[in-house]
Amino acid sequence: MHTLTLAEISRALSAKEFSAEELTRALLDRIAQVDPELNSFITVTEAQAIEQAKAADQRRAQGETGALLGTPIAHKDLFCTQGIRTSCGSKMLDNFIAPYNATVVQKLADAGVVSLGKLNMDEFAMGSANESSHYGPVKNPWDTSRIPGGSSGGSAAAVAARLVPAATGTDTGGSIRQPAALTNLTGLKPTYGRVSRWGMIAYASSLDQGGMLARNAEDCALLLQAMAGFDPKDSTSVDQPVDDYLASLEKPLAGLRIGLPKEYFGEGLDSRIADLTLKAVDELKKLGATVKDISLPNMQHAIPAYYVIAPAEASSNLSRYDGVRFGYRCEDPKDLTDLYKRSRAEGFGDEVRRRIMVGTYALSAGYYDAYYLKAQRIRRLIKNDFVAAFNDVDVILGPTTPSVAWKLGEKNNDPVAEYLMDIYTITANLAGVPGLSMPAGFVDGLPVGVQLLAPYFQEGRLLNIAHQFQKATDWHTKAPTGFLK
Amino acid sequence: MQWETVIGLEIHAQLSTNSKIFSGSSTTFGAEPNTQASLIDLGMPGVLPVVNQEAVRMAVKFGLAIDAHIGQRNVFARKNYFYPDLPKGYQISQMELPIVGKGHLDITLDDGTVKRIGITRAHLEEDAGKSLHEDFQGMTGIDLNRAGTPLLEIVSEPDIRSAKEAVAYVKAIHALVRYLGICDGNMNEGSLRCDCNVSVRPKGQAEFGTRAEIKNVNSFRFIEKAINREVQRQIDLIEDGGKVIQETRLYDPNLDDTRAMRSKEEANDYRYFPDPDLLPVVIEDSFLEETRNLLPELPQQKRERFERDFGLSTYDATVLSSSREMADYFEQVQQVSGDAKLAANWVMGDLSSLLNKQDLDIADSPVSAEHLGGMILRIKDNTISGKIAKMVFEAMAAGEGSADEIIEKKGLKQVTDTGAIESMLDEVLAANAAQVEQYRASDEAKRGKMFGFFVGQAMKASKGKANPQQVNELLKKKLEG
Repeated sequence: MHTLTLAEISRALSAKEFSAEELTRALLDRIAQVDPELNSFITVTEAQAIEQAKAADQRRAQGETGALLGTPIAHKDLFCTQGIRTSCGSKMLDNFIAPYNATVVQKLADAGVVSLGKLNMDEFAMGSANESSHYGPVKNPWDTSRIPGGSSGGSAAAVAARLVPAATGTDTGGSIRQPAALTNLTGLKPTYGRVSRWGMIAYASSLDQGGMLARNAEDCALLLQAMAGFDPKDSTSVDQPVDDYLASLEKPLAGLRIGLPKEYFGEGLDSRIADLTLKAVDELKKLGATVKDISLPNMQHAIPAYYVIAPAEASSNLSRYDGVRFGYRCEDPKDLTDLYKRSRAEGFGDEVRRRIMVGTYALSAGYYDAYYLKAQRIRRLIKNDFVAAFNDVDVILGPTTPSVAWKLGEKNNDPVAEYLMDIYTITANLAGVPGLSMPAGFVDGLPVGVQLLAPYFQEGRLLNIAHQFQKATDWHTKAPTGFLK
Repeated sequence: MQWETVIGLEIHAQLSTNSKIFSGSSTTFGAEPNTQASLIDLGMPGVLPVVNQEAVRMAVKFGLAIDAHIGQRNVFARKNYFYPDLPKGYQISQMELPIVGKGHLDITLDDGTVKRIGITRAHLEEDAGKSLHEDFQGMTGIDLNRAGTPLLEIVSEPDIRSAKEAVAYVKAIHALVRYLGICDGNMNEGSLRCDCNVSVRPKGQAEFGTRAEIKNVNSFRFIEKAINREVQRQIDLIEDGGKVIQETRLYDPNLDDTRAMRSKEEANDYRYFPDPDLLPVVIEDSFLEETRNLLPELPQQKRERFERDFGLSTYDATVLSSSREMADYFEQVQQVSGDAKLAANWVMGDLSSLLNKQDLDIADSPVSAEHLGGMILRIKDNTISGKIAKMVFEAMAAGEGSADEIIEKKGLKQVTDTGAIESMLDEVLAANAAQVEQYRASDEAKRGKMFGFFVGQAMKASKGKANPQQVNELLKKKLEG
């Protein structure tokens, strides 16, 4: 049962091949057995999962037929789940039991989705390797000496290892697409504003966007259908009708115009990944696509701009963790200043503290114009690059990452080297456009992902292309051998 | 040396919306601590603000009333600092693009002249919670009921030149926000709070002196005292060879003195930046027009109308339009009595001193406008004299009914029957025959003085009810014979 995709489970449930409860129990057993090696879950919510599965079976018995009714997933541990610890991968929130559900969690629960638990992640979603978690690093099921990518590393590892067919994630600079690429999954970051951020613990508010990691585009479409939509509780969510993503999957690709930005194939890219990316392009050409070379001239400024804007917002977003109302509080504070200083110094890890300091600096009097305002100007230029590019092409294609998954600990002493791994994914967050990563082959037995970017609100287009590609290729069906049994 | 005072004021007005500026929690004052704090007000992980449109509407009303430029694309920004009653570690406020830009307000000074005070800007922000330092055995309690209450911060230009002007300005703002129905103006509950920026400079000097900011002064009286005290402190300091430093000070009403709170160097770097959780607030022309149509007649317009239509002096018109309740009361008295001048005199005279004595708002006046107007009618038709009217007024204040009822019950109706007055006068003159002799023997100048004596005797004899004018005329006739 654990090798089935979400869509296959949905069909099996409606054919009564097994019940949601049977499936849930089987997956919970498998998590208990396998996950100690991967460390992809922070919290497994067995009792609630079985309860939700039983309720779903009952709804189905009463004639309900929703596509997601009784299907299992798990949530990245920054989506607030009522009555359940929501840690954000941090010691700071190790004791935080969320008093409410995130909109994404609520919408999926309403659709009858069974949540198996909360998935490991980089602390406060800051990282590209899932090594900054308070709960320890997550291992890549393709090679457990390697990182799974981050910050949604727990989501990626759990889905790749077939512990759960799909998982929610969030993407601030590539945190869905990069781990999806490094674990042979399909991951979608929707347009900024397409999925509500209510209850999604903020890292960088203007860049954060919820999405999902799954085994194929069809499963992503199923989930997005339930997750997307305007939320009056989130002022930045966009009041625009939600497309029928499943219906768009089957459109033929004839006439599709793909743009290949020259900046995505420059220095720093593993040539074998470049080759696989171009092979994927050839495959799409066979399906009727045409290709054009394009340029995103401001891409080189994306990383510096990102590492000003994201830490600046984070430094303010994370101020609420002060030891006063919830979360970690230091022992025996002498006075208020001591309470603040030690609670935050002890409650946050190195990478979080680093970004809070960088962000605080960037917003300080006298530096604001030179850093924050300049970064915002770059952001506008990058956005303009995309708008211009999409005048000529329907989608932009390139590698998701410059390299395959690296060894645990390899970049620990070099944060900038780790930041550079986000070079291809960050621009989509700065511009707010949707992006998808899909499996495109292997280098040294490690997965490689190809990224597709589309104009605002064209998630349907991305899922359509990935689905057609996946009908013509079998990369996405490959599973890490150690985790198949 | 001659010194000139320069004052600029920052007034925080709590907007009287039903719910908070970024959450659905109630804003009612005085609830049990922390019972009006939602997940959003508590700054829980993952929560997001949504702006209350009513708060935006109220700010726009204010902007239109001071003839200001309205920021049709205004932006919320985060002001970052740590304090236990600030749950998120930042206050959502407005910095570069406020909702209300440059405007102005006219104030009337004691001598009746009108002065225009510039208003730099007014912006929306959320209030913080309250730290409670008593009753917790060395600990501090936090009440977050107030956290997220909408505030309009109104910043004046440094156009104010004395403590009296400052008070007149705050009173004018107070009246305006109450006219507009956007703030209850209740200063003891903190609904309207004032920070005073005060500096002095030698008369004639163009540039400003260094200013000190007196935080959170919460009554008209304290504003005047605090500013006067601070001005004197600065002058003494400079005349003693010292220098004013830029700092924040607190006024202690018990000591009638200000003391330093923190200097400029100790001030926070608030690291303002646009709040990424909120989109810019875009105010459409249609919203502006709609809001303009909701504006009531404002104090200044009312004052001008009172002068023009009722022939009142600027001073009277200013006092009577100083609050919406006062103006409404006056207008009702005027309408019932048909006499604006008498209505103004009674409202500003006997009624005001009665309210002062009993410490009542005009809305709670024991004498209704209807009754006061009815009494004035009886003065005008000579049923009672002005003197008797004071008795009737007191009886109305004691709740004894309408003027007519009281006049009837107490038999206060004025005697205007010439025959009755004449026979009463004959008795008075007979009883004072010696004085009558003396009067008739005196010259014109002396007679004038003595005449008052006979009037007094006559009024006494009639228990004040005889029509004074008739008494005068008939008495003169009889004495001169």
